[in-house]
Amino acid sequence: MQRVVVLGGGVGGTLTANLVARKLKKLIAAGEAQVTVVDATGAHAYQPGYMYIAMGNERAEKLVKPERSLLDRNIELVVDTVARIDTSVRSVTLGSGQTLGYEHLVIATGSRIVPEELPNFDAEAQHFYSAEAAARLRVALDAFTGGKIVIGIAGIPYKCPPAPLEVAFLVESELRERGLRDKTEITFLSPINRAFTIESVSDMATPIFEEKGIRLELLAGVGEIDAERKVVITDAFEEHPYDLLICVPPHRGAQVVVDSGLAPKSGWLPTDRHTLQVKTIAKPAPGQADEDIPRYPNVYALGDATDLPLSKAGSTAHFEAPIVAERVAAAVEGREPEGKEASYTGKVMCFFEVGDGKGTLLQFDYEHPPKPPKPNAFWHLGKIVFNKTYWHTVPKGRV
Amino acid sequence: MTETALPPITLTIDARGSFCPGPLMELIRGMKESEVGDVIAVLSTDKGSKTDIPKWVGKAGHTLIGVFTRDGFDEIVVEKVR
Repeated sequence: MQRVVVLGGGVGGTLTANLVARKLKKLIAAGEAQVTVVDATGAHAYQPGYMYIAMGNERAEKLVKPERSLLDRNIELVVDTVARIDTSVRSVTLGSGQTLGYEHLVIATGSRIVPEELPNFDAEAQHFYSAEAAARLRVALDAFTGGKIVIGIAGIPYKCPPAPLEVAFLVESELRERGLRDKTEITFLSPINRAFTIESVSDMATPIFEEKGIRLELLAGVGEIDAERKVVITDAFEEHPYDLLICVPPHRGAQVVVDSGLAPKSGWLPTDRHTLQVKTIAKPAPGQADEDIPRYPNVYALGDATDLPLSKAGSTAHFEAPIVAERVAAAVEGREPEGKEASYTGKVMCFFEVGDGKGTLLQFDYEHPPKPPKPNAFWHLGKIVFNKTYWHTVPKGRV
Repeated sequence: MTETALPPITLTIDARGSFCPGPLMELIRGMKESEVGDVIAVLSTDKGSKTDIPKWVGKAGHTLIGVFTRDGFDEIVVEKVR
């Protein structure tokens, strides 16, 4: 029996499991292979929708479905947390104490927000990285009657890199419509030396900040929040007073991969950029080339869980899943991975809202940076249609 | 500053292989965990580090001790002063 265990029921875990089950249908029917997904909640959330809750266009109950309903019926779903991964004996210990043995392991445990790592974050900052937080931000925006809005980022990497820029643009549009723009000063704090990590996207976005009259501060990562004075202090010790603070919380990978000795303290799994196999150490030793670091032959990571220099976004997981599925299926069937799904090229594709009913598209891979088209209504509608059809397409491998 | 006059390095952050803004973010993290007077060296293969890190160091009011080209990477040395 070849046992494939997938940890995590997000985009990456769900799609990988479905694709593996499809490829191994006959072996599963013959009792020679088994696919199991372990998920902590048994509920699959469409996280890109949270931003729209904050903007008043989405409801939380529409953004969650039972994980079981998205999985191929030949996949076993175990609703439990993961306490330990032991690669030496190829087993996973669950929170309940149950142990699952595996021949092939897929780690899709995602990222998590750790607002507690920044003092005063919870009390002072609004964000949109959970349905509840996004709903609170909506209430705060409804109550806002003018003043200083500061939008910042407390640490890189974080989920959905364009999201804070999108929120800045959407909030600015909303305030203009509500007649509050003249009474409001908006400041965007970018932690790096440009508006966005990818240069071409930064070049596209920077003029939009100017057009909208949003002050763009560079090298201004959120370092501290002074709750008493209502001031953000950046990593470079500059102060920005706020009446409403919207801030991306710090992020980390899953604690279990750190506790299991597979990832450093940050929790991002060292991952091969093409095969998506987990590396046995995070960094090469002096004189050692990266390609000489041994990879676990049967342990893969995808989505937010990896340390790859790519967007932490559902789209990344979406385009990585076919590679992991092909490599796992090939290993089960005792063959070499085949075709364009044998190796990941770094493909990512995502929409980018700029407000006023316009959007653009970011499509790129390791070799080709994005060339975003001029923002227009088409790509805004593209994002809306994608959001509405997600449940029927992405997790089931239909796109 | 010449290489022979370099003060002793308190912490070396090996950010080689990390892309923009990884080396800068790792330096900021390292600075937070260091003491005033510590000297921190960042090793980076990312071309942007040579410009971005000195800019941030200037903005934050720390001291840039030097940017040195090594074999296949840059070493940027910074003193924490606040």
